[in-house]
Amino acid sequence: MEQQTDTTGTDRRMGTASRMAPALQRYGILIALAVLCIVLSVVSENFLTSRNIINVLRQTSINGILAVGMTFVILTRGIDLSVGSVVALVGVVSASFATTSAAGVAGAPYMPLIPVAVGLLTGMAVGSVSGIAVARFSVPAFVATLGMLSAARGLTLIYAGGRPIPALTDGYRWIGTGDIGGIPVPIILFGLVFAIAHFVLTRTRFGRHVYAVGGNPHAAKVSGLPVRRIRFAVYAISGALAGVAGMILAARTGSALPQAGVAYELDALAAVVIGGTSLAGGIGRVSGTVIGALLIGVMNNGLDLLGVESYYQQVIKGALVVAAVMLDRSRKTED
Amino acid sequence: MAQPLLEASGFRKSFNGVAALRLGQFTLMPGSVHALCGGNGAGKSTLLKILMGIHHRDAGRLLRNAAEVTFGNPSQALDNGISIIEQELSPVPAMTVAENIYLGREPVGLFGRIAFREMNSRAQDLLDGFHFGIRADTLMMDLTVAQTQLVEIAKALSYDAEVIIMDEPTSALGEAEADQLFAAIAMLKARGKGVIYVSHRLSEICGICDSYTVFRDGAFVETGALADIDKDRLIQLVVGRPLTEEFVKDNTPGDDTLLAVQGLAADRGVRDVSFSVRRGEILALYGLMGSGRTEIFDRLFGLSGQTAGQIMIDGAPVTITTPRHAIDAGLAYVTEDRKRSGLVLTGDVRDNLCLATLDRMGVGPVMNTRAEGRAAARMIDVLNIRTASDRLSVAHLSGGNQQKVVLGKWFLTEPRILLLDEPTRGVDVGAKREIYRVMSDFARAGGAVVMVSSETDEVLGMADRAVVMRDGRVAGELDRAAMSAEQLLHLAV
Repeated sequence: MEQQTDTTGTDRRMGTASRMAPALQRYGILIALAVLCIVLSVVSENFLTSRNIINVLRQTSINGILAVGMTFVILTRGIDLSVGSVVALVGVVSASFATTSAAGVAGAPYMPLIPVAVGLLTGMAVGSVSGIAVARFSVPAFVATLGMLSAARGLTLIYAGGRPIPALTDGYRWIGTGDIGGIPVPIILFGLVFAIAHFVLTRTRFGRHVYAVGGNPHAAKVSGLPVRRIRFAVYAISGALAGVAGMILAARTGSALPQAGVAYELDALAAVVIGGTSLAGGIGRVSGTVIGALLIGVMNNGLDLLGVESYYQQVIKGALVVAAVMLDRSRKTED
Repeated sequence: MAQPLLEASGFRKSFNGVAALRLGQFTLMPGSVHALCGGNGAGKSTLLKILMGIHHRDAGRLLRNAAEVTFGNPSQALDNGISIIEQELSPVPAMTVAENIYLGREPVGLFGRIAFREMNSRAQDLLDGFHFGIRADTLMMDLTVAQTQLVEIAKALSYDAEVIIMDEPTSALGEAEADQLFAAIAMLKARGKGVIYVSHRLSEICGICDSYTVFRDGAFVETGALADIDKDRLIQLVVGRPLTEEFVKDNTPGDDTLLAVQGLAADRGVRDVSFSVRRGEILALYGLMGSGRTEIFDRLFGLSGQTAGQIMIDGAPVTITTPRHAIDAGLAYVTEDRKRSGLVLTGDVRDNLCLATLDRMGVGPVMNTRAEGRAAARMIDVLNIRTASDRLSVAHLSGGNQQKVVLGKWFLTEPRILLLDEPTRGVDVGAKREIYRVMSDFARAGGAVVMVSSETDEVLGMADRAVVMRDGRVAGELDRAAMSAEQLLHLAV
């Protein structure tokens, strides 16, 4: 029917609805998070302690950082299934530059600049390969990054010889275990990544490009946007952020495990979807993603506190993802 | 007098307290083609959706063959013999014609096996009964748009539909294809069916319909026989004020050539195309669907591969391999399908207006939000885009206002040459006139307009010169003085 052309008379009404929908969506999960927190603080006296809250934030930071990278990709109608494997690959590669033997001095407390630079570059390089496959050779993102999921895991095992890389320097371990003014470094990094990503998506030209390419790649192309470059860039960003997450994980564990990060892509995806970003592209915010990640983090923590077995946590998380999308859909069809 | 197939009276419908339909009234007689006319927001869509069971009326009576009915959902309407052929068809492309017609109610044989032979022969009988010339075992994806519509008609008839609603059926058809559709409509009429015909193309309505009902601002205005009325009066009823003229044209072509194309080749067999357009001139590229008009635009704008031919702007040769080059060279391209390649529907009005000029609205990589807002406000004002705010989602605007957003996006790039592909498709009469005014003003200010149009009226009304395409080649060129509908069509076929 003539939905698009015959609505002048109802524009105002729909306008209000369309402005309210994102607000509802954003505050909807924020409310869900708040309710969950209130309930948990009532049923468990251990929940609302500063120690536990910092604990939750620290546990959320790795998934949160991955999910922020995933948000860029999903906004362009893509997906990045390889982030879990990239976490492991970057972990072992950067850690190999941060072992006490590589550093020369046992427990050298220097700032781990070289391992971090190597880690970021590795993550970005792996993301770039997926990006080229998607942007230049039009391989569907699902396939390209599924291939990378397997390949990066294999490379990790080859590089590490199938064994953990142990005995990391104190400087490197600081990334995962240190703190600045009482706030753990992973939480600070998570905050920084969120702030930068939010700025990039809302205030920069590149951000506008990301939304346009995801919303309608044809229109973006006709309007002179470098569609391929933008598609490529989001995978490089996701790879680099997976690198950050990988280094935090290795640093926290104290040694880089080649089996690390298995299935992390699912949690990242869940955070993005719960956060209201549309898998069809063009709609979404990193703030939503961060709340989505926190919701998952608080839920896991709460179930832990209540002594629920971790097997159940997976079931509940799965249901949550589907429920979030169902709510979103039903709201759209009501419009 | 025969009994009406459908009689609606006193329909009312509000959404969240805003009346979309205040007075809906409509009578359809058997064996007639009834035009439902009205601009955007007139309420005709709401009326149709109530008839189809998609919306539920707040008040009013609906009689189907003199019996009062209420449809809770579209399948109830279908069971009562009311069928619609949507503007945007959605066939299953990888299935055959017969499978599409009987989708979901395939005749079955032993063990639930689909009786293909029976299904095919039933479908073929249906198609042959109307001389559609389509084989029931063809795949849908191998059909033209017009043939797909004919299959939809056959499908409607397979449900024994007596009332067939057609919503903008010719919006994707060329004139030759439209004639095929009109022949089918004539046959439906001869068999006593009632057709409700919705179209913005009033000349078409005058050609094929028997009666009309006009809606305006959510209310019934007038109904009658088309024999008693002419097109000008119909326009006046739709718009609500007398229109002195349908077209606006006060540009005068200058002397110097702005864009010259020589020996250009493009996709789909377009070759050896040469034409030029001067400052202040509106040039029409006329031709049937598939004659290569859009392909020429795509090539000029760097959307298709680099092929033979030379493009000169202001006398200097230019190389255009990407849209960026084209924009930098002063070209702007309003594409044929604004939803596919014109608008980012997930974005708001401001996002869309600024899309092609993001480079100019920031410091380094950081956007200047205020500059974006100012640019958007300027275009909303200049083009009279009716929107509550520049932060409103563009998907909620009417077709005419959406088209103005696309135009505004391009005006912000300060183009010298405007390529317009079917600029008024799916746009109501009032907004059409505003778009013509914009074209004329652009040319008058020294720009050059190249317009692709399938509507002869539009070409005759707006163009200073017409280049007629046939099978990917230039078939001829007509000056404004020499232009007539017959001449255009004569060259095009």
